[in-house]
Amino acid sequence: MSDLIRLSAAELGERLASGDVSSVEATQAHLDRIAAVDGAVHAFLHVDGERALETAADIDRRRAAGDRLGALAGVPIAIKDVLVTEGMPSTAGSRILQGWLPPYDATPVRLVREAGMVPLGKTNMDEFAMGSSTEHSAYGPTHNPWDLERIPGGSGGGSAASVASFEAPLALGSDTGGSIRQPAHVTGTVGVKPTYGAVSRYGSIALASSLDQIGPVTRTVLDAALLHDVIAGHDPHDSTSIPEPWPSMADAVRRADVAGLRIGVVKQLDSDGFQAGVRQRFHEALELLERQGAEIVEVSAPHFEYAIAAYYLILPAEASSNLAKFDSVRFGLRVTPDGGGTVEQVMAATREAGFGPEVKRRIILGTYALSAGYYDAYYGSAQKVRTLVQRDFDAAFASVDVLATPTAPTTAFKLGEKLDDPLAMYLNDVATIPANLAGVPGISIPAGLAPEDGLPVGIQFLAPAREDARLYNVGGALEQLLLAEWGGPILDRAPDLSTHELLATEEGAV
Amino acid sequence: MSEISAEQVAHLANLARIALTEEEIEHLTAELGQIMQAVEKVSEVATPDVPPTSHPIPMHNVFRDDVVGDNVLSPEQALSGAPESDGSRFVVSAILGEEQ
Repeated sequence: MSDLIRLSAAELGERLASGDVSSVEATQAHLDRIAAVDGAVHAFLHVDGERALETAADIDRRRAAGDRLGALAGVPIAIKDVLVTEGMPSTAGSRILQGWLPPYDATPVRLVREAGMVPLGKTNMDEFAMGSSTEHSAYGPTHNPWDLERIPGGSGGGSAASVASFEAPLALGSDTGGSIRQPAHVTGTVGVKPTYGAVSRYGSIALASSLDQIGPVTRTVLDAALLHDVIAGHDPHDSTSIPEPWPSMADAVRRADVAGLRIGVVKQLDSDGFQAGVRQRFHEALELLERQGAEIVEVSAPHFEYAIAAYYLILPAEASSNLAKFDSVRFGLRVTPDGGGTVEQVMAATREAGFGPEVKRRIILGTYALSAGYYDAYYGSAQKVRTLVQRDFDAAFASVDVLATPTAPTTAFKLGEKLDDPLAMYLNDVATIPANLAGVPGISIPAGLAPEDGLPVGIQFLAPAREDARLYNVGGALEQLLLAEWGGPILDRAPDLSTHELLATEEGAV
Repeated sequence: MSEISAEQVAHLANLARIALTEEEIEHLTAELGQIMQAVEKVSEVATPDVPPTSHPIPMHNVFRDDVVGDNVLSPEQALSGAPESDGSRFVVSAILGEEQ
């Protein structure tokens, strides 16, 4: 395996700036890695090697000409297929958008291009980001690089797996109920959901508009901060975009110091419902922080236990409205019933053929929750729970600076294990959903491997809205402490995927 | 309240414009009943004194001047992904059926 692909994005950026290595070389190394292992991992739905190398060559030319370039210029990046990309197919993991070439770039995509980064391709995801395992992708699941029989998390399993398997140094993800943080947890990577409104949603194929947020997927906390600094900021094309400027997240990592930091442990998310090894690594991480001067206190968030129920009313309600745009008129699939039909019949036949089972389930659920006679009891009540969850956060943040929880209840489960039990699947997001309901930012960083199965475990930190820098402070500090303890990055302990090259080649995937 | 019938699911599918098969309707009827039973939990704490929240970050309406913006697609771009167009318009099948 080439050393170039094991560098962090920050390190690669420095090597590129020093002229030690070219962007074309770095991009080619990652394309070679994708060719070698993606037949087994299936993190990508689309790879555009030709355009990536052209972009890289252009950056190399600009650097040679003396242009002032950003810290991540020339660094390759993978993009979750929920973000529209001009000239690159964008499907959101759905058959209904197969082959669709958007005529414009989503704002976060435009920003990474303007920062000189090199898009490699689009990553796999649960269809329209509905899921926690990527098994709901219309194009087949992504496999966890730690164990190819297991889920990479979801919905952004493709972005997390691409980073964990060294196919890309970093990636863009989207998080509606944990779709950045839970994949980070099960793949030993870093994922951040910024404050709602910090990153523009313009060009992000909407799942639930009041919950969706775009964020970084990386192997180090500094890389997440550098990417966060590139994509955050006001965008007039998104009316929910926060107009105020942001402090540098990268500076927060570089100055990380937890002395005197008050960390609240959410009592309700530190229970027997969590796998023993997940809780063990969680508490060990807290002890490390305590030894550096952080103060650990228990806090109560009594309404978090209602968060999943509220989420599975609000999300389907918003999704059923957002997905009405897939009507076989302006983009994507059109299926005409035998013998023709009215526009409504064509629409119904198209949506029947183009949507997978989970999408249909949630659209019907949302249509029900919004229907006359049930609206107050379901959607109205869920919105009240949203208020109660926000009040729990407000009360907690009155006495602590950040909250800490395990990111998800278990390590990566086997592909297929929960596919036929939607309710069991929904429980994966118990610790991540409250942040989306309240709009507050969250980060998941690796906390170690669970002793019972050797699989990665994440720890989540949550901060008040607009205080994303606190996450980078505590995350950066803990990462340094854990690296010193482990003697190197956790991904050094992941299996070497090179043995899968032959298999992938034989299957014709390369 | 969580009793959902197959007829209701068929009606919802019609509202959502998805031509579900009989088998899908049967399957979804059972699943929706279970899911609704689980999410009804919200009513335990959603008392009349609690105000609803529709949006996580308090914001006022955002307006801009009513002028052409910087992100306008050309007709060719707007039609580029359409299943059917005549060069300047989206083409759809009949709006009204024979009986209408």
